[in-house]
Amino acid sequence: MSGANFVTIEAKAVIGNVAVIRYAVAAVASQLPFTLPELEEIKVAVSEAVTNAVVHAYPEEPGVVRVRAEVDGEELTVVVTDHGVGIPDIARARRNGWSSDPERLGMGFYFMEEFMDSVEVSSTPGAGTTVTLRRRPEQVAPPAAQPSATVS
Amino acid sequence: MEWSAEQVGRAYLIRLQGEFDEEAADRFRAHVDALLEQGGLRDLIVVMREVTFIDSSGLGALLGRYRRLQAQGGRVLIVAPPRHVRAILELSGVPKLIPILRSERQALAAGVGGSP
Repeated sequence: MSGANFVTIEAKAVIGNVAVIRYAVAAVASQLPFTLPELEEIKVAVSEAVTNAVVHAYPEEPGVVRVRAEVDGEELTVVVTDHGVGIPDIARARRNGWSSDPERLGMGFYFMEEFMDSVEVSSTPGAGTTVTLRRRPEQVAPPAAQPSATVS
Repeated sequence: MEWSAEQVGRAYLIRLQGEFDEEAADRFRAHVDALLEQGGLRDLIVVMREVTFIDSSGLGALLGRYRRLQAQGGRVLIVAPPRHVRAILELSGVPKLIPILRSERQALAAGVGGSP
Protein backbone atom coordinates (compact mmCIF):
# COMPACT_ATOMS: atom_id res chain seq x y z
CA MET A 1 0.00 0.00 0.00
CA SER A 2 1.26 3.51 -0.71
CA GLY A 3 0.14 7.11 -0.47
CA ALA A 4 -1.66 8.85 2.33
CA ASN A 5 -3.75 7.00 4.84
CA PHE A 6 -4.95 7.43 8.38
CA VAL A 7 -6.68 5.45 11.09
CA THR A 8 -8.30 7.01 14.14
CA ILE A 9 -9.03 5.02 17.27
CA GLU A 10 -11.20 6.28 20.07
CA ALA A 11 -10.80 4.08 23.10
CA LYS A 12 -11.73 3.98 26.74
CA ALA A 13 -8.60 5.04 28.62
CA VAL A 14 -7.99 1.70 30.32
CA ILE A 15 -4.72 -0.14 30.51
CA GLY A 16 -5.89 -3.16 28.49
CA ASN A 17 -6.39 -0.90 25.46
CA VAL A 18 -2.76 0.21 25.30
CA ALA A 19 -1.69 -2.97 23.49
CA VAL A 20 -4.64 -2.74 21.09
CA ILE A 21 -3.62 0.81 20.16
CA ARG A 22 0.07 0.08 19.70
CA TYR A 23 -0.71 -2.88 17.40
CA ALA A 24 -3.03 -0.73 15.31
CA VAL A 25 -0.49 2.09 15.01
CA ALA A 26 2.26 -0.39 14.09
CA ALA A 27 0.00 -1.81 11.38
CA VAL A 28 -0.53 1.68 9.93
CA ALA A 29 3.21 2.47 10.26
CA SER A 30 4.10 -0.70 8.37
CA GLN A 31 2.64 0.90 5.25
CA LEU A 32 5.91 2.89 5.18
CA PRO A 33 9.24 1.07 4.70
CA PHE A 34 10.08 0.91 8.41
CA THR A 35 12.38 -1.93 9.43
CA LEU A 36 11.21 -4.34 12.13
CA PRO A 37 13.48 -2.71 14.76
CA GLU A 38 12.04 0.69 13.79
CA LEU A 39 8.49 -0.66 14.20
CA GLU A 40 9.45 -2.00 17.63
CA GLU A 41 10.69 1.46 18.61
CA ILE A 42 7.50 3.08 17.33
CA LYS A 43 5.48 0.60 19.41
CA VAL A 44 7.41 1.61 22.53
CA ALA A 45 6.90 5.34 21.86
CA VAL A 46 3.16 4.86 21.27
CA SER A 47 2.87 2.68 24.34
CA GLU A 48 4.48 5.43 26.44
CA ALA A 49 2.19 8.16 25.13
CA VAL A 50 -0.99 6.11 25.53
CA THR A 51 0.05 4.72 28.94
CA ASN A 52 0.55 8.31 30.13
CA ALA A 53 -2.99 9.16 29.05
CA VAL A 54 -4.41 6.07 30.77
CA VAL A 55 -2.41 6.35 33.99
CA HIS A 56 -2.19 10.11 34.52
CA ALA A 57 -4.97 11.87 32.62
CA TYR A 58 -8.01 10.46 34.41
CA PRO A 59 -7.42 10.02 38.15
CA GLU A 60 -11.14 9.52 38.84
CA GLU A 61 -13.06 7.70 36.10
CA PRO A 62 -11.40 6.53 32.87
CA GLY A 63 -12.18 8.91 30.04
CA VAL A 64 -11.40 8.61 26.36
CA VAL A 65 -8.06 8.51 24.57
CA ARG A 66 -8.06 9.27 20.88
CA VAL A 67 -5.20 8.22 18.65
CA ARG A 68 -4.79 9.19 15.04
CA ALA A 69 -2.07 7.43 13.06
CA GLU A 70 -1.34 8.94 9.67
CA VAL A 71 1.08 8.08 6.91
CA ASP A 72 1.49 10.59 4.13
CA GLY A 73 3.82 8.57 1.94
CA GLU A 74 7.01 9.68 3.71
CA GLU A 75 6.26 10.15 7.38
CA LEU A 76 4.27 8.61 10.19
CA THR A 77 2.41 11.03 12.47
CA VAL A 78 0.73 9.75 15.63
CA VAL A 79 -1.46 12.14 17.61
CA VAL A 80 -2.54 11.00 21.08
CA THR A 81 -5.23 13.15 22.67
CA ASP A 82 -6.97 12.95 26.01
CA HIS A 83 -9.39 15.27 27.75
CA GLY A 84 -8.06 14.64 31.21
CA VAL A 85 -6.41 16.71 33.92
CA GLY A 86 -3.58 18.02 31.75
CA ILE A 87 0.11 18.33 32.60
CA PRO A 88 0.78 21.31 34.90
CA ASP A 89 4.49 21.52 34.06
CA ILE A 90 5.39 20.03 30.67
CA ALA A 91 9.10 20.80 30.97
CA ARG A 92 9.27 18.87 34.23
CA ALA A 93 7.18 15.98 32.90
CA ARG A 94 9.55 15.64 29.93
CA ARG A 95 12.66 15.57 32.10
CA ASN A 96 14.30 12.14 32.04
CA GLY A 97 13.86 10.32 35.34
CA TRP A 98 11.11 12.55 36.65
CA SER A 99 7.83 10.91 37.52
CA SER A 100 4.85 11.99 39.55
CA ASP A 101 4.79 8.42 40.95
CA PRO A 102 7.76 6.82 42.79
CA GLU A 103 6.90 3.36 41.40
CA ARG A 104 7.55 4.67 37.90
CA LEU A 105 10.71 5.18 35.96
CA GLY A 106 9.93 8.63 34.55
CA MET A 107 11.35 7.63 31.19
CA GLY A 108 8.20 7.77 29.09
CA PHE A 109 9.01 11.03 27.32
CA TYR A 110 12.67 10.08 27.09
CA PHE A 111 11.73 6.93 25.14
CA MET A 112 9.35 8.90 22.92
CA GLU A 113 12.12 11.38 22.14
CA GLU A 114 14.71 8.65 21.64
CA PHE A 115 12.54 6.61 19.27
CA MET A 116 10.78 9.31 17.26
CA ASP A 117 12.11 12.16 15.10
CA SER A 118 10.00 14.70 16.94
CA VAL A 119 7.71 14.87 19.97
CA GLU A 120 5.35 17.78 20.56
CA VAL A 121 3.32 18.16 23.71
CA SER A 122 0.56 20.64 24.36
CA SER A 123 -1.52 20.55 27.47
CA THR A 124 -4.14 22.67 29.20
CA PRO A 125 -4.70 21.92 32.90
CA GLY A 126 -8.26 20.73 33.31
CA ALA A 127 -8.82 20.32 29.57
CA GLY A 128 -6.39 17.66 28.38
CA THR A 129 -3.16 16.82 26.61
CA THR A 130 -2.11 16.21 23.03
CA VAL A 131 1.14 14.45 22.18
CA THR A 132 2.25 14.40 18.55
CA LEU A 133 4.91 11.89 17.50
CA ARG A 134 6.57 11.90 14.07
CA ARG A 135 8.99 9.54 12.41
CA ARG A 136 10.31 8.86 8.94
CA PRO A 137 11.79 5.54 7.92
CA GLU A 138 15.59 5.50 7.93
CA GLN A 139 15.72 3.82 4.56
CA VAL A 140 14.16 5.49 1.55
CA ALA A 141 11.28 3.60 0.02
CA PRO A 142 12.25 1.75 -3.13
CA PRO A 143 10.70 3.38 -6.19
CA ALA A 144 7.32 1.94 -7.03
CA ALA A 145 7.62 -0.89 -9.51
CA GLN A 146 7.15 0.38 -13.03
CA PRO A 147 4.69 -1.54 -15.13
CA SER A 148 6.72 -3.76 -17.36
CA ALA A 149 6.72 -2.80 -21.01
CA THR A 150 7.38 -6.29 -22.17
CA VAL A 151 6.34 -9.59 -20.85
CA SER A 152 8.92 -12.28 -21.15
CA MET B 1 2.17 -11.42 29.64
CA GLU B 2 2.16 -14.89 31.13
CA TRP B 3 4.72 -16.55 33.32
CA SER B 4 5.78 -19.78 34.94
CA ALA B 5 7.90 -19.85 38.04
CA GLU B 6 9.76 -22.07 40.42
CA GLN B 7 11.52 -21.65 43.72
CA VAL B 8 15.24 -22.56 43.59
CA GLY B 9 16.65 -22.40 47.11
CA ARG B 10 15.86 -18.88 48.25
CA ALA B 11 15.56 -17.57 44.71
CA TYR B 12 12.36 -17.19 42.77
CA LEU B 13 12.95 -17.97 39.13
CA ILE B 14 10.25 -16.49 36.93
CA ARG B 15 10.07 -17.08 33.17
CA LEU B 16 8.12 -14.32 31.45
CA GLN B 17 6.35 -14.71 28.16
CA GLY B 18 4.78 -11.94 26.09
CA GLU B 19 4.54 -8.19 26.46
CA PHE B 20 5.84 -6.46 29.58
CA ASP B 21 3.73 -3.29 29.48
CA GLU B 22 1.72 -1.44 32.13
CA GLU B 23 -0.98 -4.11 32.32
CA ALA B 24 1.66 -6.82 32.85
CA ALA B 25 3.70 -4.60 35.17
CA ASP B 26 0.76 -4.25 37.57
CA ARG B 27 0.30 -8.04 37.79
CA PHE B 28 4.04 -8.76 38.00
CA ARG B 29 4.45 -6.22 40.83
CA ALA B 30 1.51 -7.63 42.79
CA HIS B 31 2.68 -11.22 42.30
CA VAL B 32 6.28 -10.66 43.41
CA ASP B 33 5.37 -8.33 46.25
CA ALA B 34 2.90 -10.87 47.66
CA LEU B 35 5.71 -13.46 47.71
CA LEU B 36 8.08 -10.99 49.37
CA GLU B 37 5.53 -10.31 52.08
CA GLN B 38 5.20 -14.04 52.78
CA GLY B 39 8.97 -14.15 53.41
CA GLY B 40 11.42 -16.90 52.48
CA LEU B 41 12.33 -15.22 49.22
CA ARG B 42 15.64 -13.44 48.84
CA ASP B 43 16.61 -13.29 45.17
CA LEU B 44 14.71 -12.89 41.94
CA ILE B 45 15.79 -14.32 38.58
CA VAL B 46 13.76 -12.88 35.72
CA VAL B 47 14.07 -14.95 32.54
CA MET B 48 13.17 -12.66 29.64
CA ARG B 49 13.94 -14.97 26.71
CA GLU B 50 10.30 -14.93 25.57
CA VAL B 51 9.52 -11.30 26.31
CA THR B 52 8.47 -9.73 23.03
CA PHE B 53 7.98 -6.14 24.17
CA ILE B 54 8.95 -3.89 27.06
CA ASP B 55 8.31 -0.24 27.77
CA SER B 56 9.03 2.05 30.72
CA SER B 57 6.18 0.47 32.74
CA GLY B 58 7.85 -2.96 32.56
CA LEU B 59 11.24 -1.45 33.32
CA GLY B 60 9.73 0.40 36.29
CA ALA B 61 8.31 -2.84 37.70
CA LEU B 62 11.72 -4.53 37.40
CA LEU B 63 13.50 -1.61 39.01
CA GLY B 64 10.92 -1.38 41.79
CA ARG B 65 11.44 -5.09 42.68
CA TYR B 66 15.21 -4.52 42.54
CA ARG B 67 14.87 -1.71 45.09
CA ARG B 68 12.74 -3.82 47.41
CA LEU B 69 14.94 -6.91 47.24
CA GLN B 70 18.16 -4.96 47.53
CA ALA B 71 16.86 -3.27 50.68
CA GLN B 72 16.45 -6.78 52.15
CA GLY B 73 19.91 -7.94 51.05
CA GLY B 74 18.64 -9.83 48.00
CA ARG B 75 19.58 -9.70 44.35
CA VAL B 76 17.80 -9.46 41.02
CA LEU B 77 19.17 -10.92 37.81
CA ILE B 78 17.83 -10.70 34.27
CA VAL B 79 18.39 -13.68 31.95
CA ALA B 80 18.52 -13.75 28.15
CA PRO B 81 16.47 -10.79 26.93
CA PRO B 82 16.01 -10.76 23.13
CA ARG B 83 18.07 -8.19 21.26
CA HIS B 84 15.40 -5.47 20.90
CA VAL B 85 14.32 -5.85 24.54
CA ARG B 86 17.95 -5.70 25.65
CA ALA B 87 18.45 -2.48 23.67
CA ILE B 88 15.67 -0.82 25.69
CA LEU B 89 17.04 -2.18 28.97
CA GLU B 90 20.41 -0.65 28.09
CA LEU B 91 18.94 2.68 27.06
CA SER B 92 17.23 2.88 30.46
CA GLY B 93 20.43 2.19 32.40
CA VAL B 94 18.79 -0.77 34.19
CA PRO B 95 21.80 -3.12 33.57
CA LYS B 96 23.95 -0.82 35.76
CA LEU B 97 21.79 -2.06 38.66
CA ILE B 98 20.45 -5.41 37.50
CA PRO B 99 23.01 -7.67 35.81
CA ILE B 100 22.01 -9.39 32.56
CA LEU B 101 23.16 -12.99 32.21
CA ARG B 102 22.96 -15.36 29.27
CA SER B 103 21.40 -18.40 30.89
CA GLU B 104 19.49 -19.62 33.91
CA ARG B 105 22.44 -21.86 34.74
CA GLN B 106 24.73 -18.84 34.79
CA ALA B 107 22.31 -16.99 37.06
CA LEU B 108 22.14 -19.87 39.52
CA ALA B 109 25.93 -20.29 39.37
CA ALA B 110 26.26 -16.63 40.37
CA GLY B 111 25.39 -17.78 43.87
CA VAL B 112 21.82 -16.62 43.68
CA GLY B 113 19.33 -18.64 45.67
CA GLY B 114 21.92 -20.32 47.91
CA SER B 115 22.26 -19.96 51.66
CA PRO B 116 23.60 -16.62 52.86
